[in-house]
Amino acid sequence: MPGPGAGFAALLRRDLLLAWRRRGEVANPLIFFAMITALIPLAVGPEPSLLARLAPGMVWIMALLGTLLAADTLFREDFLDGALEFLVLSPQPLWLLVLARVVAHWLVTGVPITLLSPLLAALLALPGSGLPALVAGLGLGTLAFSLLGAVGGALTVALGGGNVLRPLLVLPLYVPVLIFGTAAVARAAAGGESAGALALLGAITALALLVSPFAAAAALRVGIDG
Amino acid sequence: MARSGAFWQRLHRWASPPGFYRLSGRWVPWLAAASLALLALGLVWGLLYAPPDARQGNSYRIIYLHVPASFLALAGYYVMAVAGAIHLIWRVKLADMLMSAAAPLGAALTFLALFSGSLWGKPTWGTYWVWDARITSMLVLLFLYLGVMALRQAYASRETAGRACAVLALVGTVNIPIIYKSVDWWYSLHQPATIRLTAAPSMHPDMFKPLLVMIVAFYLFYAWVLILNTRAEILSRERRAAWVRELAEEDVT
Repeated sequence: MPGPGAGFAALLRRDLLLAWRRRGEVANPLIFFAMITALIPLAVGPEPSLLARLAPGMVWIMALLGTLLAADTLFREDFLDGALEFLVLSPQPLWLLVLARVVAHWLVTGVPITLLSPLLAALLALPGSGLPALVAGLGLGTLAFSLLGAVGGALTVALGGGNVLRPLLVLPLYVPVLIFGTAAVARAAAGGESAGALALLGAITALALLVSPFAAAAALRVGIDG
Repeated sequence: MARSGAFWQRLHRWASPPGFYRLSGRWVPWLAAASLALLALGLVWGLLYAPPDARQGNSYRIIYLHVPASFLALAGYYVMAVAGAIHLIWRVKLADMLMSAAAPLGAALTFLALFSGSLWGKPTWGTYWVWDARITSMLVLLFLYLGVMALRQAYASRETAGRACAVLALVGTVNIPIIYKSVDWWYSLHQPATIRLTAAPSMHPDMFKPLLVMIVAFYLFYAWVLILNTRAEILSRERRAAWVRELAEEDVT
């Protein structure tokens, strides 16, 4: 039997390849992210001082919604075509496969959103001093969103229909990430120190890394059995 | 070994739905009497005889409902999560019935805590809703409860629903302290200058004693209603079992 590392690598490669073959679909969360950014000044007015005040929170909320929308595909398709059962039955540790899936999801949604965020923050008149904290925070925070989103996705995988339930389960868990992420940007933009908030954000992401793969794996087994 | 064998046997009998149903039937009248008596004592003492607060006058008296409800709202989440863990690990059916009884009860207590807090906010802060750290944490807690309840309803199979809810409740348990700490931190960042309830560092004993009575009364009340809910859940799930039918026939004749 190939080692657990091989299973991780194989699933990661497969997921990235699948994402690459439908680049258009993968770009949708990014387009959503950009569109909402354009709607904000239309809704609240174009004054730069007001936009700058709203920018840290708005960019974070949009990143949150973008990753949340994308998380729908985490396990759903594999469940529908039966591939998920093979993942659960395979001798590879399921949590490691879940982690591979989450990392692939993060590379395909979280990282592009993070890379796009300085541009959109600039459109919202966020002062340049806030940009490093925004990019660092989103890089960590979107990974935490993907990890927690995997738990929600795994819990609802066997439930048919358009799943409004998944965001409902996951959003309360996003609260700490949102708080520390926006605080880091707001402090840096005001010329203050953001390292403390970023360190706490990193701690939360590390904890999510520790807990979520196991919880999501347990939830997938429940869903497959049911 | 023989002793411990007998212990496990007895535990097994209690943890079986009919065993628990019979046993808890004996507890219910005592719990009901004790919680009602303490509730009456605490309410009369707190609302009529405790001295009015120097700053807030009589409006502070809502703490006699607000504080115990908040305590149990949080404790109820842990009751739910521990029951879920027992169900998940040892497949004890009774634990799942307890868990499904605990979710709506906890959500109701959380709502009561939020509602009484907002009523209290009007005379003290001049507004019904303030983004205060504790209020915000309670709101997130309410969402966590609602998530567990919604997940249970979404599954057609009770067995699957119970295990999925247990996983969610356990993830929520890890998160609750982090949510509380982060909301505290968020509040100290954004703390509005004007409205701050500068509560005295320690309550006057004359105010504190009725509060203590109310807290104990709420714990008993919680146990009482939780057991009643669990008994209803047991009957509903085992309605086709022979022992429930016998029970129903006993009642008729």
